[in-house]
Amino acid sequence: MPDLEQLVVQATADFSAAGEISRLEEAKAAYLGKDGSLTALLKGLGRLSPEERKAAGAALNAAKADIEAALAARRAALRRAQLAAQLAAEAIDVTLPGRGQTPGTIHPVTRTLERIEQLFRSIGFEVADGPEIETDWHNFTALNTPENHPARSMHDTFYLLDEQGRVRADVLLRTHTSPVQIRSMLAHVEKYKHLERMPEIRVICPGRVYRVDSDATHSPMFHQVEGLWVGENVSFADLKGVMADFLRRFFESDDLKVRFRPSFFPFTEPSAEIDVAFMHGPMEGRWLEIAGCGMVHPNVLRAGGIDPEKYTGFAFGMGPDRLTMLRYSISDLRLFFDGDLRFLRQFQ
Amino acid sequence: MQFPESWLRALVDPPLSTAELCHLLTMAGLEVEACRPVGADFARVVVARILTAEKHPAADKLKLCSVDAGEHGILQIVCGAPNAAAGLVVPCALVGAKLPGVPGSEIGQARVRGVESHGMLCSARELGLAEDQGGLLTLPTDAPIGRDVREVLALDDMLITLKLTPNRADCLSLTGIAREVAALTGAALTLPALEPVAAVHDETRAVALDAPAACPRYCGRIVRGVNARAETPDWMKRRIERCGVRAVSALVDITNYVMLELGQPLHAFDDAELSGPIRVRYPAPDERLLLLNGQSVAPAADTALIADGQKALALAGIMGGEHSGINDATADLFLESAFFAPAAIAGKARALGFSSDASHRYERGVDFELQRRAIERATQLILAICGGRPGPVVEAVAAAHLPRRPPVRLRFARATKVLGVDLGAAQIEKLIAGLGFPYRREGGELVVTPPSYRYDMAIEEDLIEEIARLHGYDNLPAPAPTARCAMLPLPETRRDAAQLRRLLAGRGYHETVNYSFVAEEWETDFAANAQPVRLANPIAGTQGVMRSSLIGGLVGVLAGNLKRQTGRVRVFEIGRCFLPAAAAETGYRQPLRVAALAAGPALPEQWGAPARAVDFHDLKGDLEALFAPRPLVFARHAHPALHPGRSAQVLLDGKEIGALGELHPELRQKHELPAAVALFEIDLAALLETPLPAYVEVSRFPAVVRDLALVVPLSCAAAAVQDVLRAAAPGFVREIQLFDVYHGEGVAPDCKSLAFRVAMQDTRRTLADADADAALAGLLEAARAQCGARLRS
Repeated sequence: MPDLEQLVVQATADFSAAGEISRLEEAKAAYLGKDGSLTALLKGLGRLSPEERKAAGAALNAAKADIEAALAARRAALRRAQLAAQLAAEAIDVTLPGRGQTPGTIHPVTRTLERIEQLFRSIGFEVADGPEIETDWHNFTALNTPENHPARSMHDTFYLLDEQGRVRADVLLRTHTSPVQIRSMLAHVEKYKHLERMPEIRVICPGRVYRVDSDATHSPMFHQVEGLWVGENVSFADLKGVMADFLRRFFESDDLKVRFRPSFFPFTEPSAEIDVAFMHGPMEGRWLEIAGCGMVHPNVLRAGGIDPEKYTGFAFGMGPDRLTMLRYSISDLRLFFDGDLRFLRQFQ
Repeated sequence: MQFPESWLRALVDPPLSTAELCHLLTMAGLEVEACRPVGADFARVVVARILTAEKHPAADKLKLCSVDAGEHGILQIVCGAPNAAAGLVVPCALVGAKLPGVPGSEIGQARVRGVESHGMLCSARELGLAEDQGGLLTLPTDAPIGRDVREVLALDDMLITLKLTPNRADCLSLTGIAREVAALTGAALTLPALEPVAAVHDETRAVALDAPAACPRYCGRIVRGVNARAETPDWMKRRIERCGVRAVSALVDITNYVMLELGQPLHAFDDAELSGPIRVRYPAPDERLLLLNGQSVAPAADTALIADGQKALALAGIMGGEHSGINDATADLFLESAFFAPAAIAGKARALGFSSDASHRYERGVDFELQRRAIERATQLILAICGGRPGPVVEAVAAAHLPRRPPVRLRFARATKVLGVDLGAAQIEKLIAGLGFPYRREGGELVVTPPSYRYDMAIEEDLIEEIARLHGYDNLPAPAPTARCAMLPLPETRRDAAQLRRLLAGRGYHETVNYSFVAEEWETDFAANAQPVRLANPIAGTQGVMRSSLIGGLVGVLAGNLKRQTGRVRVFEIGRCFLPAAAAETGYRQPLRVAALAAGPALPEQWGAPARAVDFHDLKGDLEALFAPRPLVFARHAHPALHPGRSAQVLLDGKEIGALGELHPELRQKHELPAAVALFEIDLAALLETPLPAYVEVSRFPAVVRDLALVVPLSCAAAAVQDVLRAAAPGFVREIQLFDVYHGEGVAPDCKSLAFRVAMQDTRRTLADADADAALAGLLEAARAQCGARLRS
């Protein structure tokens, strides 16, 4: 009987020496294969007496188990090494840029409009829309601005030609989003005419407006947001509360100073201009005109089909282009309408 | 309205600093737009008299002056001004003075060509008072020698500019502003005394009001023997110039002064040019008038004229005529102080392309009880400055046409409702009383009679605004609003534009906002629109027509970016287009559309993907993603802007909703654009609907996937084959996906191979091979019968 201990030591050494799986299988065959040395020893057991066989068999099986364990351990080690090598080989440069399309952007003024919509939605305002070629009636007359009213000269209006080349006096490019007030009121009154008490109107109307004006601070096309809240008990104090809250939320600045200054619009009475002053930043301390507002003029309520004795309301109009310029420190209004990707890409 | 602070303070002088006064005005609704000192910042400049002015011994153009600067001594000063002469009284900058018009330097003792000079004699420009280089500024000969020029010229005065709203015509005069300040502060108002000037002769001109609605009151007066060449006094010249009105001659200056002081426009006619009575009438047909500004006009039928017995003299309340005005030779004048109704003047000057101080005031509303006072005031000043002999004032009135001031009720309860705060009856009454409006109290309300100078006090809300304004808007509360809480509807099958913008931005497009008015060429090129909606008054020819398509704007954005060397462009816009539509309320259909354009490489330049130009199918993929899960149908069609072989009309539920394609090569060439430009334009309305997801049972049984490669004629549209296959498929076919298109070797030249992957799965059983075989055979048969397809071998 050879020294089994020595055999196990030798087999373990041989396995360790095998650097790859195929070598290991060869080394395995030398011990456990058909002609392997341990196999030969096991075959030789038959020649022994039963007593000898029992003892030798136990020793041989123990040796075999040890060799198989050594083999399994080596096999696992080799697999790990192989996987490690494979993983190492598969390593990539994780710093290379990602593949595919880069995202686009939403226009900065749209960002502002969406913020305004969201803020007003959060206190129950709906968003309304109206045509940009508007009737003179909706744009002026219904808004208490009859023909030749001096306030009409505040707006330099674009007019259209008809197919014969004559100027159409009945339609125009809307000079403000205020006509949507009238449209909203008329639609609301019609919708709820079956009810004794009309629910409140709370709408904002963002959109494009047009005036004959073009320089560094004026564009012939620009944006406005109109707001309207009509109900049985809507007051000037409510207007102040809503607008001050809105401006602080919009600019995310609790210490923003807001002031209301008497002004004049034909479609509101009393009327106010809203100024804000920032406590920080490049505009610090300067009063900036931000919106016009006021209590809806009784004539306007009447034009909208609403009894001004029973209902009161406030309206406001503001320039989102200017709000956008202030919020993102943009100095030139014309950038908004220029489509310059170097500008637009900044609003990710 | 611009005015010097000193003039206002002469009428009302509240204990407020200039800054406080400006804040008061702004917060009362008379917005102070600018407040700046009259004179620039300088010091140590005094009044001096030139005693002698001799030629400089060493320079032809310089003079050597001996100057009496009073307490500052007799100074020797070298001066280059051509008008320097003995006897002139001029500003003299002493040694150490800093002048605004002489940047960076301090006046020092200097040697000029070998001669000592102890100061500098100044021009208006050097003192920052004027732009022109007109030699030395000459001061009145009686100016106190040695006194600070700032004091003598009142240069520490402030110029205040108000941005008046159109309702506050009453503040287009110093009296009006002073009245407002008095009401706001309680300070005493001191208006100039207005004693009627007694007539010294009885010559008059009769006045006939033939257009009484336009002119319900007209005061006229003849003043004989005036000296039209009299010098306007400095104080008056200074006041009107500081109001931004040019000093012209004494008589013109006086009429302007009274207008600025009281708010009443006046007009002075040369009485020698008039014949017969004054008539305020409408023009005769074809009547023309040459105006003071040289413009010859044919007044509209509703424009009132001032005329005499023979001819038109002036456009009433707008501008005088060239031939009847006063000049230096005028000896007898006819002074007009009239009230023209706002409605009669409004818009008239604008229609003629100008604005005048008179029309600006009349169209906003002049105090209709001011005319007689104003003519007396003007007479008083004319007599004092130009001399002359006044006749009696003739006043013609059409009382029925004067504006009315019916009393307005102000209910305390209504004020509380509108303002949202109860100011209290006593406070409201105090505020109204402070305005000086006549009123009486009747129970819970005041009955207020608006004064003749206020045109903005017609209804209760106007009075509510007055009390809010006087109380101070900033002193009203600003509570958080309260309202009934009701959730807004949130329809899941409606999307808004915001969601679509995010989808487009997510696919690499940048949002743009382009003008709604475009060059006519764009409409022709990109929309084949020969009859675009034209603007009557465009700003520029390139913005002359309303767009009927968003494509032009996006192509414009592409071109602009190419010029700025950005070659890869992916942009979109959501906006309105404008098309004539007789049935629409405005006569135009104004649909909102969404359009996207991509040009250059399909992907940004990158290491990990091959470079490839963007094409039709890239945009198609983006468009389909916008509509997912709703299927779109694409059909070949002709579009003026698009490549005829690479454009499709887009249909949703059988309705055309837009177009998709690559830009027409000719347009690309014309607009100098690169090879690959693909775009789509879709009605926004079609995108706003989206179906509510409805669950379909998911199978627990294994799926069978088979490929079906069909050879079809080259002209056969892939979608047509797919439609046939889908129609022929049994219920367990879950999906038929086109995964390969091949045309080339191994396939007949007039054919192409379309390979479909057919996924089959039943929800109730495992499919057998036989089921799949049968299904595929059925698909093949349908394709063969309907599309002429055969199996690719």
